[in-house]
Amino acid sequence: MIVKSYLLICLLLFNQTEFIRAQEPAVLMKQIGVKLEKISDYEADAHFKTEISFLKVPDADVKIYYKKPDKIKIKNENGISLVPKETTSISLYSLVKSPYQSLDAGRDTVQGIPVRIIKLLPSDENSELVLATLYIDERRLLVLKAKTTTRESGTNEVELYYGKFISTGLPDKIIFSFNTQDFKLPKGVTFDYDDGTAKKKPVEPGKSQRGKIEIVYLSYSINKGLSDSVFR
Amino acid sequence: MWPLIQIELLKIFRKPRTYISFGAIAIMVIIIQIALKFDGKSYIEFIVGSLQDSLDIPYTNILNGYFVCFIILNLLLIHIPLLIALVAGDSIAGEANMGTLRLIASKPVSRTGLLLAKFVAAVIYTALLLIWLAFISLLLSILIFGTNDILVARNDALEIIRSSDVMWRYLLAFAYATLALTTVAALAFLLSVFAENSIGPIVSTISIVIVFTILSEMQIPLYDRTVKPFLFTSHMLAWKGFFYCKIDAGGTAIPGTIENIRAIGKSGLILFVYIIGFVSTAIFVFNKKDILS
Repeated sequence: MIVKSYLLICLLLFNQTEFIRAQEPAVLMKQIGVKLEKISDYEADAHFKTEISFLKVPDADVKIYYKKPDKIKIKNENGISLVPKETTSISLYSLVKSPYQSLDAGRDTVQGIPVRIIKLLPSDENSELVLATLYIDERRLLVLKAKTTTRESGTNEVELYYGKFISTGLPDKIIFSFNTQDFKLPKGVTFDYDDGTAKKKPVEPGKSQRGKIEIVYLSYSINKGLSDSVFR
Repeated sequence: MWPLIQIELLKIFRKPRTYISFGAIAIMVIIIQIALKFDGKSYIEFIVGSLQDSLDIPYTNILNGYFVCFIILNLLLIHIPLLIALVAGDSIAGEANMGTLRLIASKPVSRTGLLLAKFVAAVIYTALLLIWLAFISLLLSILIFGTNDILVARNDALEIIRSSDVMWRYLLAFAYATLALTTVAALAFLLSVFAENSIGPIVSTISIVIVFTILSEMQIPLYDRTVKPFLFTSHMLAWKGFFYCKIDAGGTAIPGTIENIRAIGKSGLILFVYIIGFVSTAIFVFNKKDILS
């Protein structure tokens, strides 16, 4: 559920030089919403790294497509990548545009940078999202981290790193972490070869483990127009 | 020696039953390919199970020639020993049944040379069967389904190997499968020495392979610790080891690597010892045997 969050967050990051220290949370979020509006779509080349205990996959070069309000697609055009659905199931843009209550939750430090913590509580009690926490660099108006708690997937987290694309407000790198389950092949599908390699300890029933996705952006093509067919 | 081997090959390939194996493999492979062509998504859904709820599964890309070949090998390499036993089990017992064994033994050729020629012919038959399997399961699948990265399903993990990193693994896997099936051929060959007709060694070979395979796969700790490491059927599956990659500290698969090459080498060595043991015993028994048929 996390990656869409980054996208919105990316949108948030739009170049704004105003200094908005100690603003009301609602005002700060409104400015972020305005910034998110500025990116209608983008296509990005990226390097994709997966760290999930039951997946043994090499790193991949992928294309990432985003279209407002909440369409995200990660495609490996030269091979196969198994992308956690969590990465494309939540849109911060949708979040910011939907009714919510914003609360000031204090201050902290992320990536060595002082941040303001804003909690968003959806007004719709039937919303899939239960709670979102944004860690915002007020000086640069960048969201450096977001935690989302949903009914289905538990708590997911995305951390955004900025560098050469900061002028566009989009991150150079994002890291998502999320809950995963264990994998067990159905009996009878295969006779596995026991090569003597130490087997990983199975996760206790009911307990989850964390998976991680790292995306390093190589280039962006912003607001060029994207067909909906890309997301099918 | 080569003329003897040629004669034995001629005997093998003049028998209609020899071609049953090639035909059976072709039919089985084509049936699997047709099924996967029209309903491969269901099979992949079965493999990934509940993971499809949490992962975006690119079904079309997964269903490619490399993946289809892996499934075929997975399904067939357990059953192909039957086809190997058909020929290897017949090599000596068949001659005894026809009454030609005594005639051959009376020729100015050592019994050891005769048996080795028969065994080499059985190995060549096994290799040809594997080449046929490779052709029809790998090349035909590539023609039908195209190529892409391969998804390898293990008991507790899914692996993805890049398409550029696959073909050498198949070459080694088929080479290893030839060694594994040669072990079955050697067993059938040994049993063939004791019999007067080919049904006995063929059925006995298959029975042994089935019992050993069950013991290998029951996953009962008592057998896993004591019996399993010594069963040749446990080591016949090592061809799959060529599709298991090493991972780095972050859990990322490292292209061009094999997770445990030593284990595969050990399995290969054990199979080789079995082959030597079976063939040596067959030669020993045959040299001592009073041939009456």
